[in-house]
Amino acid sequence: MSDVERRARMRAIVQLALARFRIFYREPGSMFWTFGFPLVLSIVLGIAFRDRDPEPVVVAVEVAAEDARARAEHAREILARSDDVKVKVMSPEEASAALRTGKVSLVVTPSTDGYAYRWDPTRPESRLARSVTDDVLQRGEGRQDAYEPTSSIVTEPGSRYIDFLVPGLVGLGLMSTGLWGIGFALAEMRTKKLIKRLVATPMRRSDFLLSFLLVRALLLPVELAPLLAFAWLVFDVGVRGSFLTLGITALVGALTFAVMGLFFACRADNPHVVSGLINIVSFPMYLCSGVFFSSSRFPDAVQPIIGLLPLTALNDALRATMIDGAGLADVAGKLGVCATWGIVCFVLAIRLFKWR
Amino acid sequence: MALEHAATAPGRSEALRASRGAPEVSIRCKGLRKTYEDGVVAVDGLDLEVRRGECFGLLGPNGAGKTTTVEILEGLLEPSGGEVEILGRRWETDERWLRERIGVSLQETHLPDKLTVRETLELFRSFFVEGRDIDATIDLVALREKEHAKFDTLSGGQRQRLAVACALVGDPTLLFLDEPTTGLDPQSRRMLWDVVLAFKEQGGSVLLTTHYMDEAERLCDRVGVIDHGKTIAVGTPKELIDSLGGSQIVEIEVARPPAEEAARDALAASLARLPGVVSSRFHGGRFVLTVDQLHVALPAVLEALRARNLELANLSTHRATLEDVFVTLTGRALRE
Repeated sequence: MSDVERRARMRAIVQLALARFRIFYREPGSMFWTFGFPLVLSIVLGIAFRDRDPEPVVVAVEVAAEDARARAEHAREILARSDDVKVKVMSPEEASAALRTGKVSLVVTPSTDGYAYRWDPTRPESRLARSVTDDVLQRGEGRQDAYEPTSSIVTEPGSRYIDFLVPGLVGLGLMSTGLWGIGFALAEMRTKKLIKRLVATPMRRSDFLLSFLLVRALLLPVELAPLLAFAWLVFDVGVRGSFLTLGITALVGALTFAVMGLFFACRADNPHVVSGLINIVSFPMYLCSGVFFSSSRFPDAVQPIIGLLPLTALNDALRATMIDGAGLADVAGKLGVCATWGIVCFVLAIRLFKWR
Repeated sequence: MALEHAATAPGRSEALRASRGAPEVSIRCKGLRKTYEDGVVAVDGLDLEVRRGECFGLLGPNGAGKTTTVEILEGLLEPSGGEVEILGRRWETDERWLRERIGVSLQETHLPDKLTVRETLELFRSFFVEGRDIDATIDLVALREKEHAKFDTLSGGQRQRLAVACALVGDPTLLFLDEPTTGLDPQSRRMLWDVVLAFKEQGGSVLLTTHYMDEAERLCDRVGVIDHGKTIAVGTPKELIDSLGGSQIVEIEVARPPAEEAARDALAASLARLPGVVSSRFHGGRFVLTVDQLHVALPAVLEALRARNLELANLSTHRATLEDVFVTLTGRALRE
């Protein structure tokens, strides 16, 4: 290849990439799905699953007969002194109704030589109420503790739901922009006969495909930075591993899904076929690959399959980097799984691509 | 105006073309056949020769095989049989060489909506090692005012001019235009014609398809009429029109034409024997007469109708066109 040709080829790649950038940022829809959507999702889910202070248990003290009112008042006083209990005095009917509808977790009834408890052991909050209430009442009535326990309270960083969620959203974003951004764009170009038109020029086909991957890689930092910055500023979600490892992990994921998008669009004549294919493939991964909840909740029998899905591998690697501070060597296996999908899809896409 | 700009912006043009020793024949194809997977025969043994520096028009109705032929010649479709030679080379061995030297405008291309005229041309220019100056090309197709307008804001005529500009920006020696003016208003069509004529003036060869007869007569040095995937006539527009044997067409409608086909044919045959009439057919509900001497033929025809007691419902005459050639050759109108 002569110098002139090499320069011409560089110019072609730059122009193809420029065209992709321009088409991307001049389309408000693609901007929203890439940048806006992950932010909105993290806000909504972050608020819904934010950490709350432990709530007091709610119990009722029932007054079965007028002569028991004094005993009931006494119990109420003891319980009211504890921060862990919220207590009300009720008639037996009111108390039963409140228990049934879950407004209270436990009903305390004064008995001849102490107290009786009415509660539903299948409800976790009732079991908690039984244990807390009994403890408070026993001590109030004079029980002595065998020893004074010491406790140190630990909040493990990275154990909150939002810490789990953000890497999942990063993975989900990489999948969506790769599959939809590239698959849909290609199918549309084919429908509009633009691919055919480009093939009628001396354009190199490899340059055309390369430009898609190049733009994907270049947009990656721009796409990740707002979500990570937002998660850090608002929810205090940090990155414990190195940014280099995170960057390489994200790049492998982004390119893998970009190539998969290329593959799904390699023969389709219209965008509907591609969107069908992408939906079929991405929906199971939305659910199973540990975006919103851990993939380990699925039965053991399907775990090997789930573990081989590209999004599962990517999410695991992202979480290992962001939460556990894993290094590149630790996530190499997961990245290998992801990249294998990419390479297989790339070979198939090149073989099957319909240019005319 | 477009012509002036073209003259001042010649690109690599003639000097280079001459030094390349371009062959005398730009396109040669022999026995071209194309059968699609579903068994449809689109092209059925088509022969074609386009000489250097000429504008050749492929004429035919929709479905005649024009687009299939052009796409094979453009190297976008594989022929099922036959030989194709473009600028003296073959697609199988010299694709890159050829791609650098041809310009293509497909029948419908939707260029990217969100790219401007200039950006689109820069993109297409970047694929060619050598090519035209972007500004000169914009002026050539008279899109200077729309230089920074995005494709989705352009009118039909402007879009089509941009499509042709994309074909010209690589400074081709051979230009393919597939129905370049279909659906455009008369002014837009004339602007495009100017672009094509300017390209030809610089020594370029053009293959265009059209079903507009006026377009073919205005632009084409020679035309090939194709029907059912075959070339049925080739020549200059004048030669083809002269082949009708008369320069005028007379169309006659009678109030109650004979119901039977045999009777209609007999009447047509007797009209053809009248003085000044070259031929006569019944087509589309009327008698169509090719006439070489209108002043002799017309009184004779009217007399003949009166003698047969046929009431005249309508009579019109026009100068013979390629449309009449086509009807004569195929028995069908071009846009039926």
